[in-house]
Amino acid sequence: MTGSLGPLDRPNTYIGRSVSRPNAKRLLAGRGRYVTDLQLPRMLHAAFVRSPYAHASIASIDISQAASAPGVHLVATGADLAKLCKPWVGTLDHFSGMKSPPQQPLAVGKVVWAGQPIVAVVADTRAQAEDAAELVVVDFEELETVADIDAARAQGSPLINPEIGGNVSFHLKVESGSIDEAFRAAPAIVESTYLFGRHTAVTLEPRAIIADYDPSEERLTVHHATQTPYQFQDIYSRHYGLREARVRVVAPDIGGSFGMKLHVYHEDMAVVGLSIMTGRPVKFVADRMESFVSDIHARDHRVSARMAIDADGTIRGMDVNDVTAIGAFSSYPRTSVVEGNQVIRLIGAPYRFRNYRADLDVVFQNKVQTSQYRAVGHPIACAVTETLVDHAARNLGLDPFEIRRRNIITQDMYPYTSPTGYKFERLSHEACLEKLYALMDYPRLRREQAALREKGIYRGIGIALFVEITNPSPAFYGVGGARISAQDGAIVKITPSGEVHCLISVGEHGQGTETIIGQIVADQLGVDCEAVRVFTGDTDVTPHGGANWACRGAGIGGETALQAARALKRNVLAVAAAILQARSETLDMRGGQVVDAESGNARIDLAEIARIAYFRSDTLPHDVSPQLTASHHFAPKGFPFAFTNGVQACHVEVDVETGFVEIKKFWVVEDCGRIINPMLVEEQVRGGVVQGLGAAFFEECLYSDNGQLQNGSLADYLVPMAGEMPDIEIAHVETPTRDTELGAKGCGEAGTAAASAAAMNAVNDAISPLGASISQIPMTPQRLLRALGHA
Amino acid sequence: MKARAFEYVRASSLQDAFEAFARVSGDCCYLAGGQSLVPSLSLRLQAPAMLIDISRIDELRGITLADDMLRIGALTRHAEMLTSPEIARHAPLLQLAAPHVAHPAIRNRGTIGGAIALADPAAEFPAVTLALDAEFEIAGPEGLRRVRAEGFFKGLYETALEPGEILTAIRIPPFRAGDRAVFDELARRRGDYAIVGAGIQGRVAGDRIESLRIAFLSVGPAPIRARHAEAAVAGHALSPAVIAGAQAALERDLDPAEDPQTSPAMRLHLARVLLGRLLGRLGEHPACKGAHA
Ligand SMILES: Cc1cc2nc3c(=O)[nH]c(=O)nc-3n(C[C@H](O)[C@H](O)[C@H](O)COP(=O)(O)OP(=O)(O)OC[C@H]3O[C@@H](n4cnc5c(N)ncnc54)[C@H](O)[C@@H]3O)c2cc1C
Repeated sequence: MTGSLGPLDRPNTYIGRSVSRPNAKRLLAGRGRYVTDLQLPRMLHAAFVRSPYAHASIASIDISQAASAPGVHLVATGADLAKLCKPWVGTLDHFSGMKSPPQQPLAVGKVVWAGQPIVAVVADTRAQAEDAAELVVVDFEELETVADIDAARAQGSPLINPEIGGNVSFHLKVESGSIDEAFRAAPAIVESTYLFGRHTAVTLEPRAIIADYDPSEERLTVHHATQTPYQFQDIYSRHYGLREARVRVVAPDIGGSFGMKLHVYHEDMAVVGLSIMTGRPVKFVADRMESFVSDIHARDHRVSARMAIDADGTIRGMDVNDVTAIGAFSSYPRTSVVEGNQVIRLIGAPYRFRNYRADLDVVFQNKVQTSQYRAVGHPIACAVTETLVDHAARNLGLDPFEIRRRNIITQDMYPYTSPTGYKFERLSHEACLEKLYALMDYPRLRREQAALREKGIYRGIGIALFVEITNPSPAFYGVGGARISAQDGAIVKITPSGEVHCLISVGEHGQGTETIIGQIVADQLGVDCEAVRVFTGDTDVTPHGGANWACRGAGIGGETALQAARALKRNVLAVAAAILQARSETLDMRGGQVVDAESGNARIDLAEIARIAYFRSDTLPHDVSPQLTASHHFAPKGFPFAFTNGVQACHVEVDVETGFVEIKKFWVVEDCGRIINPMLVEEQVRGGVVQGLGAAFFEECLYSDNGQLQNGSLADYLVPMAGEMPDIEIAHVETPTRDTELGAKGCGEAGTAAASAAAMNAVNDAISPLGASISQIPMTPQRLLRALGHA
Repeated sequence: MKARAFEYVRASSLQDAFEAFARVSGDCCYLAGGQSLVPSLSLRLQAPAMLIDISRIDELRGITLADDMLRIGALTRHAEMLTSPEIARHAPLLQLAAPHVAHPAIRNRGTIGGAIALADPAAEFPAVTLALDAEFEIAGPEGLRRVRAEGFFKGLYETALEPGEILTAIRIPPFRAGDRAVFDELARRRGDYAIVGAGIQGRVAGDRIESLRIAFLSVGPAPIRARHAEAAVAGHALSPAVIAGAQAALERDLDPAEDPQTSPAMRLHLARVLLGRLLGRLGEHPACKGAHA
């Protein structure tokens, strides 16, 4: 670990330690309580009739048979729910000119993707609801489908949303420096067109929701598998016209989210309405087949990019065009254009060239919506940049490490503003590159590669630098008019027996938030981690906050907890000072006790202070009124984002006869600022890498020409499994942000950000001696065979 | 998704099962390991009125060697293919194929009878039975009959089983001295159904392959024997030229269909690569090696 810990560097510190998860045992023992586990009195179950067509108008709907089927309480159509629910529009003000049509919970008049819910059936059991759903008769008139990225903008193409005219949602151009000049004078230009397949999150726990409306109090409680309960409290209240204070959203144990569980889904909005209509709790759990056609998808970009380079390998500029197809409308409330926006703003981020131009076109098509999913835009930006850098290196005969050394933003250049306007406080590209070089024993791998090539074995080594956006300020969504908080809040209190409760707005869905918050609080209060309990995810109980998205749990939530704990500590010491007749500045908290700061001698137990404060306040002086609960809210104020960085490397062996790739090893050197818990950082990075490798080699939502998802099951949509994954070795560089006391940045998306880029570079390195190259992911055997000239 | 409601009966004998079948006029399914049937019910791809559980019928169990045939009861689990000494000794090709069938949890429940009766074109065991020249013992209300693997797999999920019949056992001519078996497949992930797979059993005489049976999976609507490739090898030593000839001959044996992930040309290409590698391995057997020297 590098850098001074400053005020954190005290005895008993938990910050920087691999504390294991307090919830691991409970979850492993099957004691987790997920939404699916909840059984409420009088609860009903919803099932949905979905569109078999990608684009069709609805001539008529006959629900009569379904309505009288056994166990059925309600059959609701789009028209029924439209009476209760105010439509939503997935645009934000800071994406100027952006368009998207209004959305309703269930299709009204037409369907725009295969799988769109049309009718909801509510019954005593899910099986009965499904039985009855089969009895609903919908009369469709099929319309021409827009399923292709180019078809969307073609002359005479059918309009998916005639009300907004055209199939283009958003266009953005960024330009800086003198790009034409840079290319005109460049001794070398490399270019390529890339295809990034659509994929989806595939959380272990699918989407799940129970809406429970109590008409007697006009109170709505929603048990929701979501990463952003506060955002949904606001949305349900506004769209159903309920008082915000009477809407409670509870996020219990969550089985993974990856960004997928923070968007508005039609079924979820419908379920709230169904509960209002029946006055009973209504549950909906997406089964895996439904998840594939209704969870957000992500990526689906085609990028054409060129890079101008000097003879010595200096990058002069990049010129980029990104077209992305987002589905039939933009998602709500975060929109579907954030990914494209981040792609064109992150391209080239590790390097110091100044000439840059990028065009982004975001188009509609008859597929399910895309939106933010782990590492939004990063893998695309990173793959485009890093494969072009390798391409340039190959052309110039430079080593991939060397060309990067010549172009990265160096330590003396910070703070640094990228050509696209991103402000980097301090990154550590040089340190990361050199650490990786040693970690992977690069020269040895190159020697081995050369020796094996003689024998017809094709191994490849690929590296990829990345820059990740974390700790977003209100610049991310707030400025666009979204009621999505960039701040978080924490309440910390001492219980009567001297233990600690922390209620915080950031949540836990498998990444370990509870653990690190507990560590920070324990650390600051000098108590054992075991004595701290962390509560999350209940809008009636925990403070309002942004919760979890874009990597903010540690950086923002952590700082919030730290400041709240410090405030509480001041309060505790004030009481202790009164009891001990000492000055509070001379006291400290360690090992569950108030101690003399200098000598460390124990003065009084925390439990004793709590006892006196709660039960014998009469023994305290008149002017002392103990405040053993403290709260704090924190929002980033300095840099709009805390950027992180790192570098990844992938080692592969390509079977050039079959196109199969064995991933032999993977390395990551990452810098997420202050590391609170190395084990959890490494878990995040490994998990992220696996998702990135999934994108690189396996995962893709394959559609037919008429907009049907062809591989919507876990038998056909291939997620990476342990057997295919390599060992992933991780090392750290620590460059804490100075914007917070804690200094932590995010690490949740780092792994995903560059894994597919490193993999692409590795595969291309392996097959380049055969004159082959690939610029499409996933790199399937079929595509590799084609690249290699077979089949 | 939830399965539609169905009745469930547990048969304790074949007779029991046939009676139950007749009672619902055939609107039912036999349930063995459930590893294919249950997912299909849950997806509502099938919705029979009744499931007849045959998994407790003793007559369908056991692995025995009798009348110079290895008899494998239909309820034998996939996992047993990996652990049974009889199978290792008398039908090693099954043992070689078994690790490629799904994952341990599924192999613990899935039965070979279920795999054969279902006849998934991508399943390993049906193809292996072709390479082994196995025959199937089939029971119906009228009695027992036997059908050779060769005539059993008729098309996509289509077999010689008549409605209501139960596959009771697989009979395999035991492995003899001089026999060689190799199996491999190309699957995207471990345990997945393969893009292409093949099993070969051959007899070696001196430095030559006297005879062999090559069976492919995943290249057509049913498992398929590559007779032209066999003919290109039979009677020859496994030289590179002979192997190349067999690979070329595959064009006449296989006619793979298109699917979203794999073109017919790619499948044929991969089948050739796989065949080449398998024949290479067949040739590496000590017997063949010795002959070359
Ligand atoms: C995730 C997953 C992966 C899999 N991967 C593979 C794989 O890679 N390779 C592979 O080969 N298989 C694979 N399988 C399928 C598995 O091998 C099944 O177990 C097998 O295909 C069917 O056997 P079963 O005993 O489970 O049959 P069941 O599911 O019980 O029955 C299947 C069908 O056969 C009928 N049937 C069963 N037994 C008899 C009998 N004795 N007589 C007449 N009819 C009968 C049933 O009525 C039903 O129609 C996979 C399954 C899963 C769930």
